[in-house]
Amino acid sequence: MSIPYQEMKDNFFNEEELKIVNNHLKKYPHKMAATLPVLWMIQDKYGWISKDAMRYVAGLLDVPPDHVYGVVTFYTMYNEKPVGKVHLQICTNVSCMLNGAYDIFHYISDKLKIKNKETTTDGIFTIEEVECLGSCGTAPMMQVNNREYHENLSLDKIDTLLDELKSKHI
Amino acid sequence: MVKVILKDIPDLHKLEVYKSNGGFETLKKVVTSMSPEQVIDEVKKSNLKGRGGACFPTGLKWSFMPKGNEKPKYLCCNGDESEPGSFKDREIFERNPFQFIEGALIASYAMGCVASYVYIRGEYWKWINIMEKAVAEAYEAGFIGKNIFGSDFSTDMYVHKGAGAYICGEESALMNSLEGKRGYPRVKPPFPAAVGVWGQPTTINNIETLACVPEIIKNGGEWFASIGDPRHPGTLLFGVSGHVNKPGVYELPTGIPLMELINDYAGGVKGGKQIKMVIPGGSSMPPLTREECMNIKMDNESLKEIGSAIGTAGVMVMDEDTDLIKVLIRISHFYFHESCGQCTPCREGTGWMYRVLKRIDEGKGRQSDLDQLISVAENIEGNTICALGDAAAWPVKWTIRKFRDEFQKKIPKEEVTLDVKEKVHALRKSPEYISNNTESDNKMVLEMFGNVREDVEEKRFSGDE
Repeated sequence: MSIPYQEMKDNFFNEEELKIVNNHLKKYPHKMAATLPVLWMIQDKYGWISKDAMRYVAGLLDVPPDHVYGVVTFYTMYNEKPVGKVHLQICTNVSCMLNGAYDIFHYISDKLKIKNKETTTDGIFTIEEVECLGSCGTAPMMQVNNREYHENLSLDKIDTLLDELKSKHI
Repeated sequence: MVKVILKDIPDLHKLEVYKSNGGFETLKKVVTSMSPEQVIDEVKKSNLKGRGGACFPTGLKWSFMPKGNEKPKYLCCNGDESEPGSFKDREIFERNPFQFIEGALIASYAMGCVASYVYIRGEYWKWINIMEKAVAEAYEAGFIGKNIFGSDFSTDMYVHKGAGAYICGEESALMNSLEGKRGYPRVKPPFPAAVGVWGQPTTINNIETLACVPEIIKNGGEWFASIGDPRHPGTLLFGVSGHVNKPGVYELPTGIPLMELINDYAGGVKGGKQIKMVIPGGSSMPPLTREECMNIKMDNESLKEIGSAIGTAGVMVMDEDTDLIKVLIRISHFYFHESCGQCTPCREGTGWMYRVLKRIDEGKGRQSDLDQLISVAENIEGNTICALGDAAAWPVKWTIRKFRDEFQKKIPKEEVTLDVKEKVHALRKSPEYISNNTESDNKMVLEMFGNVREDVEEKRFSGDE
């Protein structure tokens, strides 16, 4: 790489956010350990992590860009591509599957006319089949935007839930 | 019924309520009047075993940490909890976070740790926020930080958010993830107590294990050792899910009969149906048949006797109408997806098992497939750096062994017979074939033999996981 990382882009974080980065750095004896939290900050702000953002994080933490790239591709929760404003992550692992998670997945998939990991043309919904989210006792369930859990789902609740989510996140 | 962690006290998750119920008194007693050795001895006496699945004695684990302060020592609290069927730690975070914090602080004192890291899976956004708030409150109240209760003991505690990788629940992968790297398990030895996170001595404990510690110190090791089955004492947070009327987390003494757990606590099987299979401790544990369920007690030693294990005590119940092939496909897909990719047997084998099972489900199975699956599983087992290989192999191997008829039914009787195969082999070895190895010959062989292989190869390269 011929261009120094610092010069590529330096506006991913503002002053305020750089202070938070510094707080993260204080927690660990080595800078590299802040890779995960700083990547989370990028994703929370931009919704996904671009290659430029990876280079920026690398410069910030004095680690090689390929290290950051390796981390982003290893962990499933980091989005390497933009996703819709409402990212529906439906657990289809055993306990949820036994309680009808695939019915819910296919219902939403048919309703929104998108397949696994696809985004609607208006850029609002992305649907993804994910692994166990630790909600087996309240199955079936889905997570939205890596955050809120919607548990004890049933087919008749889905329509209202999707409308609610649409109005909440747009 | 005795409860150690999820006590029936309303609002116990608030610091005020926890304090008024004797919270942090034990920590005070420990840091002001007990030596670290006394704490470890008390935990050893309690016979507390790790709740993360391996059931390693906690007191013994702590005693492996080097004495003295030449190097900084660390405690990692494992709240990764990604095993399908397991959802107990979030219950602790939600209902009794301060008891866990107190336990982690006592453990830090016993081992002289300079900091503890609470590693929580990234999906637990809500519970991460709860814990960050709880830790901040504990800092403010002076339970964490410099000179706790006026003693020389100082320690820090930080919450670290994961990013969605099952493998980070493995202790050495957790350390790599904490260091900001990919969650690759490390080769052991050296063990974490010698070379752990950032190369320093480290101990990794499950959240539930640490949450038991304050009560052990408060009531004495003998008290804890007398709860439940003496070989695996204490209470467990049983997470019951699947086809039951009242799924949820139930804290009960070890050694409780499985049927009592399912019928009396989890409200019985949905629709009054019969049980077909129960997975006793999270998806990686060998499953139990209906007959085995009837008399089994839920503790590690009893389950070991019949070839299973308690794991994380995530009980998944499946009724008589369950399609076990679908269940097994889903489980093997999970391990295929979560394999970190370091060891060939696991990286490749998990994919093979998934594809072969999928083929059987689509009605294209071969008679040899079931033995093939067991053989693949046995070649993964024990040949990998970490236990994910075993975790992927056991459910496949034991579900097929115990429910072979179910799988056999799906496999068509007609398939490429042995004579055809032999003919192809003979043809391939013949001098004419070798000298005239033209495209048309290859086509002929493919016509006779290839259609069986084709769909496997296609799947493999079409990007269909």
